[in-house]
This record gives sequence, structure tokens and C-alpha cells, in this order.
Amino acid sequence: MLGRIYHLLLKEFLQLRRDRSARFRLLIPPIIQMLLFGYAATFEVFNVATVILDQDQSQESRSLVAAFVHSSRFKLIAVATSRQQVQDAVESSSAQVGVVVAPGFASLLRKGQAAPLQVLVDGTNSNTALIALGYVSQICGNFGQGYALDLAQRTGRALGRPLVNVQMQERYWYNPNLNSRWFFIPGLIGTLTLITIVNLTAFAIVREREVGTLEQILVTPIQPIEFVIGKTLPFFLIGLFEVAIVAVFGMLWFDVPFNGNPLVLMLGTSLFLLSTLAIGLLISTVCKTQQQAFSSNFFVLNPMFILSGFSFPITSMPEALQWLTYLDPLRYFLVIIRATYLKGVGLDVLWPQMAGLSILGLSLFSLAVLRLHKSLD
Amino acid sequence: MKWRRVKAIVVKESLQIVRDPRSLMIALLIPLLQMFLLGYGISLDIKQIPLCAYDNEGSQTSQDLLRRFSASPYFSLQGQATSYAEVGRSLDDGRCSIAIVIPSGFSKRLNDTGQGLVQALLDATDTNNASLAAGYASAVIASYSAAVQLQTIEQRGASVQTLTPVEVRARVWFNEDMVSRNFIIPGVVALVMAIIGSQLSSLTIAREWERGTMELLVSTPIQPLELMLGKLLPYFVVGMVDACICLALAVFWFEVPFRGTLSALFFTTGLFLTVVLCIGYYVSVSIRSQVGASQVALLLTMLPTTLLSGFSFPIDQMPTAVQAVTYIVSGRYYVTILKALFLKGAPWGELALPIFCLALYAAAMVLLAARAFRKTLD
Repeated sequence: MLGRIYHLLLKEFLQLRRDRSARFRLLIPPIIQMLLFGYAATFEVFNVATVILDQDQSQESRSLVAAFVHSSRFKLIAVATSRQQVQDAVESSSAQVGVVVAPGFASLLRKGQAAPLQVLVDGTNSNTALIALGYVSQICGNFGQGYALDLAQRTGRALGRPLVNVQMQERYWYNPNLNSRWFFIPGLIGTLTLITIVNLTAFAIVREREVGTLEQILVTPIQPIEFVIGKTLPFFLIGLFEVAIVAVFGMLWFDVPFNGNPLVLMLGTSLFLLSTLAIGLLISTVCKTQQQAFSSNFFVLNPMFILSGFSFPITSMPEALQWLTYLDPLRYFLVIIRATYLKGVGLDVLWPQMAGLSILGLSLFSLAVLRLHKSLD
Repeated sequence: MKWRRVKAIVVKESLQIVRDPRSLMIALLIPLLQMFLLGYGISLDIKQIPLCAYDNEGSQTSQDLLRRFSASPYFSLQGQATSYAEVGRSLDDGRCSIAIVIPSGFSKRLNDTGQGLVQALLDATDTNNASLAAGYASAVIASYSAAVQLQTIEQRGASVQTLTPVEVRARVWFNEDMVSRNFIIPGVVALVMAIIGSQLSSLTIAREWERGTMELLVSTPIQPLELMLGKLLPYFVVGMVDACICLALAVFWFEVPFRGTLSALFFTTGLFLTVVLCIGYYVSVSIRSQVGASQVALLLTMLPTTLLSGFSFPIDQMPTAVQAVTYIVSGRYYVTILKALFLKGAPWGELALPIFCLALYAAAMVLLAARAFRKTLD
């Protein structure tokens, strides 16, 4: 049995060695994707293009405007002289936020009444708009709190005691500088591996079927299980290799720290590869042509990507979709990979994910072998 | 150029599409799947952030403050920790993503000096989540602070003045309720077009090579340009049908407002489809295996459209060098046009520049693709 598996392995690697473009495709796309994601993917919002109109021209309004100017979140692109200019700037998307301080702003404040601040936001990108609006509120809140506190202190001092003020000190664990690359790059390792391995596995078997070499294999004394092992073992090794390459690249190029135990990551990767190989095998049992394999891959991989929590938080999805995520091996692997990278935790914390991956992987693999068995008969 | 020959290829290719009902079905199901998954699955709005509290003081004051967290819709209290180590563990294993720690002596300090400090520990592996959670937490604490101040002033018999002096009155244009779906769905249309277009066409020529039918094709009097037109026209039709499905879903199912003109929408969709079909065709000619062609086509279209078109990540937040790269991504122009058409209802004139860029792109890709195929077998 081992001899036959060995020969199949040899055949696969020979095929890979002859195919120069395949080797290229294994190495270059992950690195390009990693560079792209590393640099392009960010939900952070800085330097929001802002137009300000100050119609009050008081000490108060100027200090509020100054708070906007000095914030790294906003970039003042123009000081408007009319309301129309503010509207035009937002409408033409040259500014994302327009701020208008109406006349009478300071006098309302001094009377102790709420002074309105008009803000126009371009909502075409709702995420950016929401975050920008949050920063506006933050600046106004700080400004207002300072003003109210000042007022209250004066009142309070008249009453004999200072007034309370509770502040929050935040500490960002695992990623103290909130570097979003540290979040995306470990996630990318899992996502890229999933895509590469499922594609390779599915196509390899479908191609044999399409070209007709599957029949040739069938007439040899090889057993289905030997065939499956011989077929998937090379891809398993390629998968481990790919994870290693991308992981090292992420650490060296993007300086993502690795705080965990490499062996825990290896274990998680192996369990994850079991599921991905099974998915590739399953696809190849359903498809007759490579075109079908391609569409099926897409049909399966795309939901797995979206439901994995790679960039969109699972907790924000509708409940039905949240349940579906438990069927997604990438979901578990992303938790493992991010936790080993950034949190540096071990099996004592990650065992539920490992268990989830094992159950999912074993069931998928058994299903795939059974189906393949049938489709070979 | 003989239309008769183009027609023959169109018929042959269409037959191939029709005879493979599964592939065709998938080509038509992809838009449905994409629209539903992305429409429902993508939401960056955060609610119910799991919170763990550690009250190292256990006084009335500290419990009052914590009660404000459990009452907030943004947080869901997972339990009270009894030690600092337990806080660390629950952040480690992901049971909570924010922990509020009230130090001992909190209320005494608050009484004596009026200053109190609360610690928030945040799991920052997901940076977006962490900064949003910090924002909500500081708002909860600020409102607590304000309420206590108000109470004190009232107790001392002084007059109460407003404690939120600046009132932000925001008006959000083009997407009044800031529904993230409204900005994601138009981008999904672009993504679906990019995938369908490039994938379908990336297999066309590679398949002939792999199946050995290329020899037959080369021996016919067909000209390269005729072959390209014949191969791509059926897929253009499939792509436009997909566009209609996406559009109908966006408007009728997800109720994204469509404020622009249909003619502009179809014209630009046609241009974008031409670009991606030609990219797929070019790749198919250059790489003679179906797997390779589909992978390269995916890399050249889906990835840039997802990442660099402004569909999910704002372009103006990218490093300058990456921003420069976005100009060679056709999806950038198409996404700009789609968002302007859907949400702003921009007229033709306002879209002149992106439409011109897209048209230029399409023309260049047609030329490139047409020149790529040579009637030789080596």
C-alpha cells in the first residue's frame, strides 16, 4: 500500500515540477495578495476632508474650529464663506464633512443653553460617515464637557466643593497601537491557504477525469483510499508550506508579532487543511469539467470567506447567518491563528476551536471519501 | 472580418453554454448568492459587545457606574470577574472583548478630589471593533459623569444648566439613515460583474487548448478578431443578464434607492463588462490551462475590485503609492459611477470623467485582447 501511495505522490510532484507556471502561481499570488491587503485594507479613518464655516466668529466658535483643525481625524480643506459653499463641497464629494457654526453660537453657550452645531456628512460610504460623525461628536463632547466643567467648577467652587469628573483610561491589549494590519495579516494566512488548497485539490482530480486519466488509474490495483491519500498528501504538504511562507513574510515584512507556540499553529493548520482538502475532494466528486469545478469552488469559497469573520464581525450578522458560520472551517482557524499570533495563547484556550475543526474536518473527509468511492465505481 | 464566421463561433459557444446547464445555472446563481451574502453578512455596525466587569471596590458608586454599562444597548455584560487574573483570562479566551476595571478606592478619590479613573481593557486583535467599543464606553462614562454632576448641583440648590452645551445636528446626505447596505450593494454589483466576466471568458481559449480542439480552430479560415468577438458575445449577454438580476435585487429586495438614469447604468455596465471579459480572454490566450487562466483572472479582477476600487475600503485612507495603483483598477471607475448613480442620482455630465476613463480602459483592453491571439500552434 505504501509503495502505491509513494508512486502516486511521486507522480504528483513530478507533475508539479514540470509545470513551471503552477509553481509560480503557488508563490506569487499569496505574496501579492498579502501586500495588497496589508496596505489597502483598513477601516481606520484619518484626515477626513472637511469644510468649515464659522458664522459666529466668537472666541468660543474659534476654539471649537481649532479643535477640528488640530485633530488628526479631520483635514481642513477649505474655510467656507457661505452656506452654499459648504453644501457644494459635500455634494461634489470634495469634502466628506461640512461643519457650520451658526451666528449666536457663543451667546447661547453663555446663557447656558444648548448651542446647535450643524454638520453635513456625505453618507455614500456609511462606515466612514459613521466613524467621522463619531469623531465630530467626540470633539464636540470634549469641547462641551470642558465648557460645562469650567462652568460647573465655578458654580461648584461657589458651593464649596469641586464637582466630580470620571475619566476613562483605555488599554488596548494584544495590539497596543491599534495597527489594523496585525488584524488582517494573520487572517489572510488562513484565507489564502483555503483558496489555494481547495482550488488545487478540486482541479487536480477533475482534470484527470476530464483528460481521461482517471480511468487509467482505475484499472490499476490502487484502492480508493490509497488514491485519496496519494492525491491529497502533496496538497497537504503544499498547504503547510504555503502557511509557513505567508506567515514568515507577514512577520518579516509587516512586523506582525508572533507570540504563540508554532506547534499550536501547526496543529491548527493541519486540522484546517483536513477540512480544506475534504472540500476540494467533495467538489471534484460533483464536477465533470474544470469549468464546473471553477464555478463550484467559487460558490463554496466565497460564502466561507464572508462568513469567516475575516473582515466583517460575526456578532453583527443576522442570527441565521451566525449559525451558518459554525459550518465554516475558516471561522475556527481564524480564531486560532489570530490568537496564537497576537494573544499568544495555547491549547488550554483554543481547544474548543481545535475540537470544532476536528469534528468538521473528519466529517467532511469521510463524506468526501465515500462520495469519491461511489463516483469511481 | 466576416460576420458569418463570427456568428458561427457565437452559435458554437452558446451551444456549449446551453449544453452545460450547471455552469449556466451557477453563472446566474452567483449574483443571487453574492447579493444575499454580502447584503446580509456585511455589517460593520457593532452591537452587544461582550463586556466583563471587575469591580475592585464594590461600593454603591462603582455598582451604579457598572449598571450603566449593562443598561447600554452596545454592551452585554458577561459576568463580574473576581480578580484581575480572571479579567485577563476572559480577554484571552475571547469571552469578552472589553473589560471595565474599577480600582479600589475609586469612590474615596472621587469624594476627596472629584477625580475618578476607570480602566477599560480592550481586545484589540480586531482593531475596528476595539476602537468602536472604546468610543461607546467613554460615552457611557461621560454620561455617568454628567449625571452625577447634575445631581450634585441640584442637591446644593444651585440652578441647573445644560451639561451638553454643543448639540450636534447632523444631516447625512445621499444615505440618510446610514444603512451600510446602501453603500455595499452597488459595490457588489461591480464585484459580481468582475467575477462573472473574467471567469467565464478566462476558460474559453484555454479549454480549446486543453481539449485539443485548438488545432481544428486554427485550421479554419477564422480571423483572430472574429474568434474573439464570437467567443465573447455570448458571455457578454450572460453578464448583462447577471447585471439585471443584481440591479433588480438591489432595488426591489434590498431597497437601495436608485436615483440615476438607467441608460447611464447600462452603458457603463457594458463598458465594465467589456473590460473584464477582455482581461479574461487575454489571460486565456496567454495561459493555456484552465486552472491557471482562472486563477490569474481571479487575481487580476476580483481582488483589485474588492480591495482597490473603494468598494469596501476607502481609497483616501490608503498609502499614497497604493492610491496611485487604484487608478489602473477599472473597478475604481465603475464603483464610483455606480455609487453616484444609485445614491446621488448623478446626471451624465457629472460622470463624464469616470465614464471617459472606463471607455478608454475598455478600448485599450479590446485592442490588447485582439492582438494577443495568433493563429499558430506553438
